[in-house]
Amino acid sequence: MAKTHVSTTINGEPVEFLCEPQQTLLDVLRDELNLTGSKEGCSSGDCGACTVIVDGSIVCSCLMLGAEAEGHKITTVEGIAEGEKLHPVQQKFLEHAALQCGFCTPGFIVAAKALLDENLNPTEEETRYWLAGNLCRCTGYDKIIRAVLDAAAVMRGENPPSPAA
Amino acid sequence: MPSLSFAAPTSVDEAVKILAGASGMAKVLAGGTDLLVQLRSGRLKPELIVDTKRIPGMLGIREEANQFVIGAATPGTMIYESEALTRAWPGIVEGMDLIGSEQIQGRASLAGNLCNASPAADSVPALIAARATAVIAGPNGKREAPVEAIVTGPGQTSLQKGEFIVEFHVPKPKPHQSDAYLRFIPRTEMDIAVVGCGVNVTLDGAGTCTDARVVLGAVAPTQVVANEAGAALIGHKLDDDTLAKLDAAAGRACKPINDKRGTIEYRVKVAGVLARRAAAIAFDRAAKR
Repeated sequence: MAKTHVSTTINGEPVEFLCEPQQTLLDVLRDELNLTGSKEGCSSGDCGACTVIVDGSIVCSCLMLGAEAEGHKITTVEGIAEGEKLHPVQQKFLEHAALQCGFCTPGFIVAAKALLDENLNPTEEETRYWLAGNLCRCTGYDKIIRAVLDAAAVMRGENPPSPAA
Repeated sequence: MPSLSFAAPTSVDEAVKILAGASGMAKVLAGGTDLLVQLRSGRLKPELIVDTKRIPGMLGIREEANQFVIGAATPGTMIYESEALTRAWPGIVEGMDLIGSEQIQGRASLAGNLCNASPAADSVPALIAARATAVIAGPNGKREAPVEAIVTGPGQTSLQKGEFIVEFHVPKPKPHQSDAYLRFIPRTEMDIAVVGCGVNVTLDGAGTCTDARVVLGAVAPTQVVANEAGAALIGHKLDDDTLAKLDAAAGRACKPINDKRGTIEYRVKVAGVLARRAAAIAFDRAAKR
């Protein structure tokens, strides 16, 4: 079985890999490239734990073949922070304790970052609909939504009080 | 899957040649949101997957003088971001937009939704109601078929070996023509239609219907063009008597099954209700243009 050679860009860096035809992008990220931040939850596109950004759109990396990555620009959760500096969404997830087991968190962070790239002033309803493809079985979602709305405020230059204060 | 292979041709001719030359099952990959799930579960064991997205024209929406040309693999995000298409055919766009999450919208396509051939496919009824056609490439060149001629049963299409859909042609709306799509699910987001209904109407200047197509989903093995329901609207305004006739005719067009999403009786009832509501939205939109 012939492997496919793929040249792509991941988190701003050119990356080349070989993959089997049936390997998903998620398989490639985790098993070939050691980018294990993207999680495998359902493998059927329902849970969003494997969410990555491809050319500006969020997709489930379990529903894309590795071979399809050729020529595209991919951002994973590992590419959200700038070096040691957390993205506002990540910072607000910490401040709000918007996670418990943490398994769904990478997918939420990536999806929320993509929302705020597109819309710095989403309503709560827009935020809840946008994140409807990310399932969390621990938190009840409320802290996640608060964290994203607060991150949006920070990115708009406002200074929302920390929830712990 | 011991011998799966992958191809990503860059022209229609090359794709047809590869598909036609496959000795076993060959599957066309557009967004993959159904195909990869079926692959993973082992329900499908193709020997070949052909990614069509590198073929020029497969992604994107083009506006011509009399029609929109929608690339077969165009994902939902590109469809709802098209202001021209949304203005022209809000029902087609809302049908596509109902499918799955934002992540699914980043990949899922009209051709994939159609060729997966689920009776409940949300993007299909409004396309049929708008008299859209599919352009199909194959070993004998290209042919054009009405969208309702593609699906022949659950999971079954009329596409022959080596054929795949390259684009959809959707005529531009006439004056006072518009559409709507509604589906019923027991929650607000991300579920499979219990019933879906697309309505496309043309009115005269006084608001009387001169042409109508009512198309139902999830109430039969394929989408149903409810001719009698469309005919109930023609020559009328949307008064109580017309709505009652539409409701009854939509119900009569259903040949549903009992399953976990709904019983036969329930689906027939909901089909009538959705037809009324979708018609009201389509009439309102048509009257405003």
